[in-house]
Amino acid sequence: MADQILPIPGSLDTAPSRGAAFLEWLHSWVVTVDHKKLGILYIVYALFFLLVAGVEALVIRIQLAIPNNHFVSPEVYNEMFTMHGTTMVFLVGMPILFGFANYLVPLMIGARDMAFPRLNAFSFWMTAFGGLLLYYSFIGGFGLYGMGAAPDVGWWAYAPLTAKAFSPGHNTDYWALALIVSGFGTLGTAINIIATILSMRCRGMTLFRMPLFSWLMLVVSGLTLITITPLTAAQIMLMIDRYLGGHFFDTQAGGSAVVWMHFFWIFGHPEVYVLVLPAFAIANEVIPVFSRKAIFGYPAMVSASVGIAFVSLTVWAHHMFTVGMTSVGNAFFALSTMMVGIPTGIKIFNWLATMWGGKIRFATPMLFCTAFVMQFLMAGLTGIMLSVAPWNWQLHNSYFVIAHFHYVLVGAIVFCIFAAIYYWYPKVTGRMLSEKLGKWHFWLFFIGFHITFDIMHFVGILGMPRSIYTYEADRGWNTLNMIISIGGMIQGAAVLIFVWNLIDSYLHGDAAGNDPWDAWTLEWSTPSPPPAYNFAEDPVVRSRRPLWDLKHPNDPDWKYER
Amino acid sequence: MAFLLFLLAASAFAESPPSLPSTLSPVSTPAREILSLSHFVLLITGSIFAVVGGLLIYVIFRFRARGPDSEHEPAQVYGSVQVELAWTVIPVLIVVVLFLTTARIIFAIQDAPEPQSALDVTVVGHQFWWEFRYPKLGIVTANELHIPVSTDSNPAPTYLKLLSADVDHSFWVPQLGGKTDLIPNHPNQMWIDPHTPGLYLGQCAQFCGIEHAKMLLRVYVDSPEQFAAWVKNQEKQGVDDQTVAAGRRVFESQACMNCHTISGTAAKGTFGPDLTHLMSRATIAAGAAANTPDNLRAWIQDPNNFKPGALMPAMQLSDEETNEVVAYLSTLH
Amino acid sequence: MSSVPIFVDENWRLPSRGRVGMFSLIIGESAIFTIFVVAYVYYIGRSTYGPTPQILDVPVFNTVCLLSSSITILLAEHAIKHGRMRTFGWWWAATMLLGLEFIAGTAIEWHKLIFEDGLSLRTNLFGTTFYSLVGLHATHVIVGLIGLSLIMAFTLAGRVEQRHAERIQVFSLYWHFVDAVWVVVFTVVYLVGR
Repeated sequence: MADQILPIPGSLDTAPSRGAAFLEWLHSWVVTVDHKKLGILYIVYALFFLLVAGVEALVIRIQLAIPNNHFVSPEVYNEMFTMHGTTMVFLVGMPILFGFANYLVPLMIGARDMAFPRLNAFSFWMTAFGGLLLYYSFIGGFGLYGMGAAPDVGWWAYAPLTAKAFSPGHNTDYWALALIVSGFGTLGTAINIIATILSMRCRGMTLFRMPLFSWLMLVVSGLTLITITPLTAAQIMLMIDRYLGGHFFDTQAGGSAVVWMHFFWIFGHPEVYVLVLPAFAIANEVIPVFSRKAIFGYPAMVSASVGIAFVSLTVWAHHMFTVGMTSVGNAFFALSTMMVGIPTGIKIFNWLATMWGGKIRFATPMLFCTAFVMQFLMAGLTGIMLSVAPWNWQLHNSYFVIAHFHYVLVGAIVFCIFAAIYYWYPKVTGRMLSEKLGKWHFWLFFIGFHITFDIMHFVGILGMPRSIYTYEADRGWNTLNMIISIGGMIQGAAVLIFVWNLIDSYLHGDAAGNDPWDAWTLEWSTPSPPPAYNFAEDPVVRSRRPLWDLKHPNDPDWKYER
Repeated sequence: MAFLLFLLAASAFAESPPSLPSTLSPVSTPAREILSLSHFVLLITGSIFAVVGGLLIYVIFRFRARGPDSEHEPAQVYGSVQVELAWTVIPVLIVVVLFLTTARIIFAIQDAPEPQSALDVTVVGHQFWWEFRYPKLGIVTANELHIPVSTDSNPAPTYLKLLSADVDHSFWVPQLGGKTDLIPNHPNQMWIDPHTPGLYLGQCAQFCGIEHAKMLLRVYVDSPEQFAAWVKNQEKQGVDDQTVAAGRRVFESQACMNCHTISGTAAKGTFGPDLTHLMSRATIAAGAAANTPDNLRAWIQDPNNFKPGALMPAMQLSDEETNEVVAYLSTLH
Repeated sequence: MSSVPIFVDENWRLPSRGRVGMFSLIIGESAIFTIFVVAYVYYIGRSTYGPTPQILDVPVFNTVCLLSSSITILLAEHAIKHGRMRTFGWWWAATMLLGLEFIAGTAIEWHKLIFEDGLSLRTNLFGTTFYSLVGLHATHVIVGLIGLSLIMAFTLAGRVEQRHAERIQVFSLYWHFVDAVWVVVFTVVYLVGR
């Protein structure tokens, strides 16, 4: 390892300067193929863009706090909400969840690295460059005047608004190209995770003995293969239309705007399951450990996850109830959407049953996961409301929808991401995050989240549509919008506390040791942080909780598991 | 006679305050059906939330670790087939009930047959305004829709055919019904039958570009008399007041006529709204500003004053020309 | 960790990561092709003007060549598995030649379509969907040809040995996939769509 350089007697060089050591360290991060370092790179990258997209959200909320506001121009506002959505999905959600998978999956299955380490590095850098290309758009185009040419067509980029005729600038091009580039990265990581899980498990770890986190990442990766690729295809078609004179979405030549919608949502709906299944993966690890019980119904959890992935491929047109499909078409998608609620509900019941009869320790990870269960329940129920097609005809494209999906994306996914960071930070860094700051972070964020997103449901029911840079003062939405915006500021403050916690604990946190939470999966058997080779000896396992077996030799899991 | 008609028309356009565009105050059958359905759905989802949420709260308090008690691990329960079956079967039953109720309303609203007494209106979405054509009445107007009230004794639903001249839009007036999109080359249809006269607000609900937020809708539900008076007025040619002939000349010689139509004049442009009866409307620029002479002046000087990004260019008229045109437009009742 | 007594199953065999990886890639690529095929099928007959699929000549010879190349590559796989490196080399070269013929034939077909029939990507909806779908496939053939030629070069330099048989099989999976896609594209474009 290049972290110790001994001066050779008689050489002209003394110990390397601090500058050279720093460059050496930086270089090791740039060229690494170690899944742990790449995992950290993904997570740090995503956290940076979380702050950026969070600022974009705050700009939106300041503009909407009062009616007919002039905080930003319509052009800028339209760029803000487009970039906020695009960034959160592609530069925060996907990278951070794949980052966790990268770091944890090999450790959890007893492997030394991912199946294809160089592909792993390539995938990260593709994702990273895609993000940089997307953000370059702010200074491309007109330069720093008028906020450049950032995408401004909504993150769903409906045709024909994206045609050259209606979007002559480069905004749409940045959107399509950046996502095509980062899409290749995502595809590479998905392939890597599948190959790792199927081909590199340690002895004894059958698929049904893997931690549920790994199972879910396997399902997510499989889903990703057939989810991201339709978007890539559609974006290629869009670029062909814009630059090669194609007519895919040219309604005057026989093309169809509705076809874009179908293709986009064939990607877009399973995509949200790609984002939420890793949140379940995290909850599946945190809830049992902090309830001191094994997960209730492991086989059912596996089946439910696989079931969700399959059913999620059949629901996409519930985003299109208002485009004029036949009544039979609308009925079909209403039914399929309601059906996806069933395996999802099962998972909630299983978490409840895991906590039932336990001895629950409410450390920060568990605080976030408990809130997640309640919030995901609500999100699922508002999803059922939206699946009722006639009601959807009112609620579609209103703030009710925004409230619903932020309940999932923030209330479920971001909460679980915070839980994951508080849970695994000790393993990654060797230091504990501050519990005190963690509790401040949790409660402030929880309160801000509910102020914003609970109220937001109502303003949608009262008729406020989405994607509007301002609203009329006589529609009854003024007070509610102000409250929503205040909640946003509170969440921003909470995130700042979180960032401070991350940095301060890295420098001054308590030493973590191998297993600070008294957990049961293989990653807790290594030192914190793990050495480059992960395990001194290849592990051999006999049950789903190898460390439980070691800690309870008289009562091991393999006696009871079916 | 003209004066009486004028009074009648004026009373029709006398502004009663618009009601708030809430989905909770329906005045039309589709909106009412949807609200009833939503109550039923809320009952189901609310009960689920109460039960599951209640259990979660109970679990949080009942099973938290307490001091010395947390020395031993609790009993490890790995699963239970009966319990799993129960909480799979019950949701399936709930979904069946929910789906059947939903399907009934889908078919009732979407496949309702169009009666003879229905009024046909063609809505054409533009960036960023609404064109309304009444094919059987030969009327073309913009942004403010007038339709007759529909009662049980005198049903008069309005059937809207939805087209688009450019990108996707969506017609949403929450009190009258759910929204339906306007998609180029993909005609859609919806119907409304408001039973209470009044002014109902809405706006475009599918992001259509820079000024999507200012593509507002005003729907006037008129009594039969009011509606007849309105129709009669709209069918007339544009008022030809000689005292403002200068303004009309400016209108016809400048670029105005390239985009706008004023029936009875040489202006037959269709890119922008029909202005024949501009003064019968309460707002201009699809609701972006009230229809006053000052606002008209500001709009003509530079539409960016109210709606930056609107497709109408600043007309580069001199002050005198602008005043003349405004005076002319102000006669177009 | 290994102090825990093990179970009965001493046969711990997992699939090879190369094979799993290639299958996963194929699944992802199939999804991309599916979207282009769906667009093509949905848009059949919907061009509002311009040339129609009637102008297409069925590329029988090209198809025969491409599909035969699956057989030749299979024979190559077989040869290297049994250590017959010269035989492997010949079958590999045959595969390459058949693939090259396919690309050349496609180029000739497109030349005729563009310069004689006046059909280009921008002519009409049919042109757009045709060139996109067939072009996407042709791109994948070219990528395969690049791989084939790299391996050919290594073979000629004597660097490919019997122990590489599994890697050759993994690569061949890609080539078989490209052929399978052609079966679908051919059916949709030249049989169903015409």
